[in-house]
Amino acid sequence: MQLVLTEEQELIAQTATEFVADHSPVSRFRALRDSADPVGFSRGLWKEMAELGWLGIPFPESLGGAGMGMAELALVVEAMGRALAPEPFMSCVGLAGQALFEAGSEAQKDRWLAAMIAGDALLALAYQEQGSRYDLCRVTTRAQRSGEGWQITGRKVQVLDGHVADALVVSARTAGQDGDSDGISLFLIPAETAGVEIERQTRVDDRNAAIVHLQRAEVAADALVGDLDCGGDLLESVVDRATVMLCAEMLGGMAQAFEMTLEYLKERKQFGVPIGSFQALKHRMARVFMEIELSRSSVMAATRAFDERSSETAKLVSLAKARCSDAYLLTANEGVQMFAGVGMTDEYDIGFYLKRARAAELTFGDAAHHRDRWARLSGY
Amino acid sequence: MAELEDFRRETRAWLEANAPESLVGMPFSELDGTWGGRRAQFASADMKLWLDVMGGRGWTAASWPAEYGGGGLSKAEAKVLAQEMAALRLPPPLIGFGLTMIGPTLLRFGTEEQKNEHLPKICRGEIRWCQGYSEPGAGSDLASLQAKAVRDGDDFIITGTKVWTSYADQSDWIFCLVRTDPDVVKQAGITFILADMASPGVSVSPIPLISGKSPFCETHFEAVRVPVKNVISEINGGWTVAKALLGHERSMIADAFGVSPRGGTRGGRSRLVETAAQYLGEPGGVLGDAILRDEIVQNEMDTRAFSLTVQRGRDAAKAGQQPGPETSMLKIYGTEINMRRNELMVRAAGPQSLGWEGPGFDEAELVATRDWLRSRGNSIEGGTSEIQLNIIAKRVLGLPD
Ligand SMILES: Cc1cc2nc3c(=O)[nH]c(=O)nc-3n(C[C@H](O)[C@H](O)[C@H](O)COP(=O)(O)OP(=O)(O)OC[C@H]3O[C@@H](n4cnc5c(N)ncnc54)[C@H](O)[C@@H]3O)c2cc1C
Repeated sequence: MQLVLTEEQELIAQTATEFVADHSPVSRFRALRDSADPVGFSRGLWKEMAELGWLGIPFPESLGGAGMGMAELALVVEAMGRALAPEPFMSCVGLAGQALFEAGSEAQKDRWLAAMIAGDALLALAYQEQGSRYDLCRVTTRAQRSGEGWQITGRKVQVLDGHVADALVVSARTAGQDGDSDGISLFLIPAETAGVEIERQTRVDDRNAAIVHLQRAEVAADALVGDLDCGGDLLESVVDRATVMLCAEMLGGMAQAFEMTLEYLKERKQFGVPIGSFQALKHRMARVFMEIELSRSSVMAATRAFDERSSETAKLVSLAKARCSDAYLLTANEGVQMFAGVGMTDEYDIGFYLKRARAAELTFGDAAHHRDRWARLSGY
Repeated sequence: MAELEDFRRETRAWLEANAPESLVGMPFSELDGTWGGRRAQFASADMKLWLDVMGGRGWTAASWPAEYGGGGLSKAEAKVLAQEMAALRLPPPLIGFGLTMIGPTLLRFGTEEQKNEHLPKICRGEIRWCQGYSEPGAGSDLASLQAKAVRDGDDFIITGTKVWTSYADQSDWIFCLVRTDPDVVKQAGITFILADMASPGVSVSPIPLISGKSPFCETHFEAVRVPVKNVISEINGGWTVAKALLGHERSMIADAFGVSPRGGTRGGRSRLVETAAQYLGEPGGVLGDAILRDEIVQNEMDTRAFSLTVQRGRDAAKAGQQPGPETSMLKIYGTEINMRRNELMVRAAGPQSLGWEGPGFDEAELVATRDWLRSRGNSIEGGTSEIQLNIIAKRVLGLPD
């Protein structure tokens, strides 16, 4: 495992950073929020990202993708994380796209995955239910046989980008009890299917999400994604990849929040000197810096573990998520404290990062969840 | 790659053939290895044998050039050797400040004559070195040191006191910072010089540590004559050398606590986890104290993230990128992880950690307790954590004074 960027990767990172800086300053995110934009992101920019090839980075060329790895994908996501870009990257590329890629039928891939990669279809993964916390197997939504197909009833919450999705990948119980990892199946459901109702949610971090109500929604037999009753393992695999993508985003966010704070420390004067000359702040900034560096190493290792099919992948995913959860919050908390009064105002951007840090922490398992997982995977 | 795999096979075969059986899996702590020197002590006859066979191949200093007694291995080969030794759970044949501090410094700053004289003896464990930096009045503010050296023909005459000199009482030579010009900016009047501890006028008085052993000393110089040819680099140019050596000291400390196999892992589980399992039990396959378990996992994960960071620094260096003042970061992080690990070891054993010596406590418990006390010094020696944070804030973050 090489923990250094290749020249090609350097170039990807640089292109992505420049693109995001040019097209997506944080002010754009702020304007979308202030106007309560019904889409909540820019369809035009999304199309441009598709043209740049970003939506297909981890997918094969046969589907219009670039056939690259997590290491490359992470660089683009990190750049977006810096600017809090709200485009539906995670839901399309990381979650639903990955589920279709891993287990979808050829027809599903051709119809939906290829269209997503081209920027012509938006996808979302509806896996979370109220109270399921981080347990992917707490699934009460049920799918029952109905003629040749299925009838699905249940309620999914905080479905990322569910409000605009053209199709949803939904987890539903086809056998067993709530909590069992067997007996979960995934279904691909076009959003206009009768019995599907989508209700937008407003989150603290202003990321786009929705409740998906399923009332006896009828789908054909070919809506099943992967094998019947085996969706639990598939979800875990998909969410592991998505977790590392989220970590890459968090890395970008914490780096940006840190740099903003550092700059402020050099500008803001009190007692006639820059506040950055106070040792009480210096030492804390040095500590935040170290936490970010260790986070970066962990994220790099986790992405490469996927690309090299390491037997330690799951552990390294948990390492990255535990670290990034703690480090992003630390960075944002310290940022608000050091900006002080203005840091508490809506006008300053540091607050956006604090909100995003918390939302990201509580997505796909917080630090304690991943420490527990690491220990179990290590046999204690 | 194939060559490296050949090297790995040969290395393993050679180690299996040459490493004394009794050393396999031997528990050892940071300070219990073979330090060498004129008065060398060995934990067992096999430890001496081990030093002789490894020193004979230069594998005590695997990556130093063979002409100076080292192994002449590439970095990749040296890493393979370390991995194979870890896999066989072998202790290092030799430890000490010769290998980790003055050796690398001489390789960079020494003259041919100085390298030929000192390096082979370090590799063979014949000479033990100590570090004469700190003084009673000069700790964190090292550059304010006062021990003075006055030129007298081909000699310098050194007078002054060094303090916290680890193992001065057991060492043969000392590398020292002395003041050769009192009238300039403090950093500009310092010289880096090597002295034989057997020189007339050198005396040492040990100071016991809270851990009860591994004394460090006060080292007195009373008009000690040291040849001018023992100066490393320029007269009054010692500060640059001193800082470079501190870099080696900090990476050595970082290596020792983060990446090296010294945690004594077996079957994938670390010594800390094994110890905790022994005392806390594992009902249902998880450690029997949820809170301690969480802290242990945190420490294990931090250790992993730390070693990945060390690796990242090395990979970047190999790719030709400039290393930053990361050694400061690694020093702080590595030592703090180690200190927390030591605390967790003691907490895991509970009241069995309260022994000092004698009946009722086993050897491992007594060692863990002493190691915990000794580890408190990790964030002090080699420059305190606060000083490292200052360095990061200034050099990496560019924060104003
Ligand atoms: C186990 C051990 C082994 C050692 N071995 C050796 C050795 O072999 N050779 C040798 O030369 N030395 C050795 N030392 C000495 C070590 O390098 C010094 O103890 C260390 O540099 C600190 O100096 P001091 O003890 O005088 O503390 P001081 O410098 O007096 O510091 C006291 C406290 O003030 C803080 N402080 C000081 N300046 C600042 C500042 N600018 N900003 C913020 N905080 C500050 C320090 O961090 C510390 O917490 C050893 C020390 C230990 C503990």
